[in-house]
Amino acid sequence: MLSRTANELFWMARHIERAENTARLLDVTWRTSLLPYPVHDLDLDRAEPWEVPLVTSGTATLFYATHAHPAADAVLRFLMLDPLNPSSIHSCLKAARESARIVRGAITSEMYEDLNTAWLDLRVRDYASIEAMGVQAFCEWVKMRSHLFRGVTFGTMLRGEAYDFIRLGTHIERADNTARILDTKYHLLLPSAADVGGAVDYYQWASLLQSVSGFEAYRKIYSDVITPRRVAEMLVLRDDMPRSLHSCMNLINDTLGHLCEARNDELARRAGELHARLHYGRTDEIIRQGLHEYLMDFLERVSDLGDEISRRFLVPVD
Amino acid sequence: MHDALKGVRAHYRPFADWLARTPADRVAQKKDEAERAFHRVGITFAVYGEDEGTERLIPFDIVPRIIPQSEWTMLERGLLQRVAALNAFLADIYGAQRILDANVIPRERVIGNIQFRAEMAGVLVPDGTYAHVAGIDLVRAGAGQWHVLEDNLRVPSGVSYMLENRRMMMRLFPELFATQSIRPVQHYPDLLLENLRAVAPAGEESPTVAVLTPGPWNSAYFEHSFLAQQMGVELVEGQDLFVRDDKVYMRTTRGPQRVHVLYRRVDDDFLDPTAFRADSTLGVPGLFDAYRKGRVTLANAIGTGVADDKSIYPYVPDMIRYYLGEDPVLANVPTWKMYVAEERAYALAHLDELVVKEVHGAGGYGMLIGPMSTAAEREDFRARILARPDNYIAQPTLALSTCPTMVDAGVAPRHIDLRPYVLSGKTAHVVPGGLTRVALREGSLVVNSSQGGGTKDTWVVAD
Repeated sequence: MLSRTANELFWMARHIERAENTARLLDVTWRTSLLPYPVHDLDLDRAEPWEVPLVTSGTATLFYATHAHPAADAVLRFLMLDPLNPSSIHSCLKAARESARIVRGAITSEMYEDLNTAWLDLRVRDYASIEAMGVQAFCEWVKMRSHLFRGVTFGTMLRGEAYDFIRLGTHIERADNTARILDTKYHLLLPSAADVGGAVDYYQWASLLQSVSGFEAYRKIYSDVITPRRVAEMLVLRDDMPRSLHSCMNLINDTLGHLCEARNDELARRAGELHARLHYGRTDEIIRQGLHEYLMDFLERVSDLGDEISRRFLVPVD
Repeated sequence: MHDALKGVRAHYRPFADWLARTPADRVAQKKDEAERAFHRVGITFAVYGEDEGTERLIPFDIVPRIIPQSEWTMLERGLLQRVAALNAFLADIYGAQRILDANVIPRERVIGNIQFRAEMAGVLVPDGTYAHVAGIDLVRAGAGQWHVLEDNLRVPSGVSYMLENRRMMMRLFPELFATQSIRPVQHYPDLLLENLRAVAPAGEESPTVAVLTPGPWNSAYFEHSFLAQQMGVELVEGQDLFVRDDKVYMRTTRGPQRVHVLYRRVDDDFLDPTAFRADSTLGVPGLFDAYRKGRVTLANAIGTGVADDKSIYPYVPDMIRYYLGEDPVLANVPTWKMYVAEERAYALAHLDELVVKEVHGAGGYGMLIGPMSTAAEREDFRARILARPDNYIAQPTLALSTCPTMVDAGVAPRHIDLRPYVLSGKTAHVVPGGLTRVALREGSLVVNSSQGGGTKDTWVVAD
């Protein structure tokens, strides 16, 4: 397929995944903010609950360029609707839909119509109408649109290169996101914080798990209290957890495996290496190395992988 | 739809009956449903001069335009005849120029035309086909006589609307399709692909076809991507292609891949910055050389504009007689050529009755409609004609036929035209129907979408 087409598909998928993840973050922050516990009781370095989604999505600098204080409605506006924030839900859906329009011949009509419908619904929304429908209802709507699009993709698309590049985009973005979400809470895994315990702690972990749809799964797997160690294990190493790093790397590795034909392919080797670290990794080692350091290293490698995919397939140089 | 004497014409009867027995709110609901569906599917066009990314729907009218089969049989014969002659003309003027030697058309009209591409002289194109896709604009006027208003041989657009309009009508009115014999048009993309593959450079057993678009901001981008998708071929931009050793390749995820046929929707001027406009960023350097050497086929060929120019139009009936030895099936609209002194004198004396058109104008711009013009506008055109007589033609103002159309006040007659699409290559085809354009403003004769025109589905039905 055309490199330019593959590039648009890759970014279409990334933008949809990013919109979904932003909605997840906002949803959880919103719910946490309703709790009666003052966050600073935890003695965290970040005392502002609404700063968390800014830091996680990497948009804090941009936010503070125009805002003094992370007030709830300012952050919500910024991450939901701000057209000047390239990671806002509005910007992501707009970009995804524009990519889809450009390459609509490479996706199915159902996919295009589904995404176009989502965009037509979103573009007439303002903050007042979101408040009227409810922040949670809006976040749910975004998540459902993303689920729907993925379902339409899964159910209608030819299993070929176009499908592969969409899956690559989705999982590179998701791996990046899960790692970022985990990293914002890494301090909870520090030995000194391990014995904090109590209700506040419980809600902190529960909200983190909810933001990656892992709360119910945790209960099923462990049938036990939430411990930081198990959360890390679940979101990094378990391959049956669809948003875990391991799970994302399974898909990326498989997909690159058949996109790269040569056996000694450097791109396939890098993906394989990163995959092996997750496949054979142990929770103890991660904790010993420090979760933050581990995640930083992972983020850098995933970002490299994205760049290499780009050089190789999407924006090749003659 | 209505006959002056006998009421509803027979071929409109089933639709008129449906309309008569359907409550107004149900009709309005159908209209809404159509609009929402068009938005969702994204059948839009970009509007130049408005914000980047502005997308609009071309208004769609749910009342079909219906043509009886017997009338269509005549039209089809006339269209194939006309396009065959136009292709013969193009092959001739870029070859032996017999028609110019025979003085059927004045040499300077052709050679001096800015649409004439001297670079094409002696270039051999597969099967001698230049206009692979032609859109011929037809109107019915007066007592029902059909006329050719214009030939479009460069990058005629609108066929996606023909196809999408039909899809919409089948969705809205399945019962009308079930009870009448309405000839299908949806095989157009298959015919187009077959035609394009058939004109690939000789010796290519399995030629690769691609659609070349100027890009997502082009007003017809929807159509380009639609056709590429329907044919199952790549939609490429100039930046996706490169030429090496006179062969054209596209940049793919698996490396360079050879392209043999480009269904190009980029104008001649922009195709190759090394051969034509140097400032073009839409084209492919070296494409013309590859083309000239027969390593890639362009559809349509370069240089077809000279045959659809309005200054050549008056001579098309002569071409038909000259190349085919037949009488034209379809009449031209009588045309006064402003560079001929006596014709000019007549036109200048009758500006208030005539339509004056620029020979290179398109889209309904640069035109004077005498009966609707002000004295100042006529004076302006008089001065322009006198300054550049070559640049204008004049025609009588036709009483274009009307078709019932949904307007705010209900159903009312509006003026229409018809653009059928003629495919030429190893064989020639016309799908039964075309794009009917309708002037939505009351009394307006201008059907162009850029000026308030809409579209209708076109049904060819058994008599």
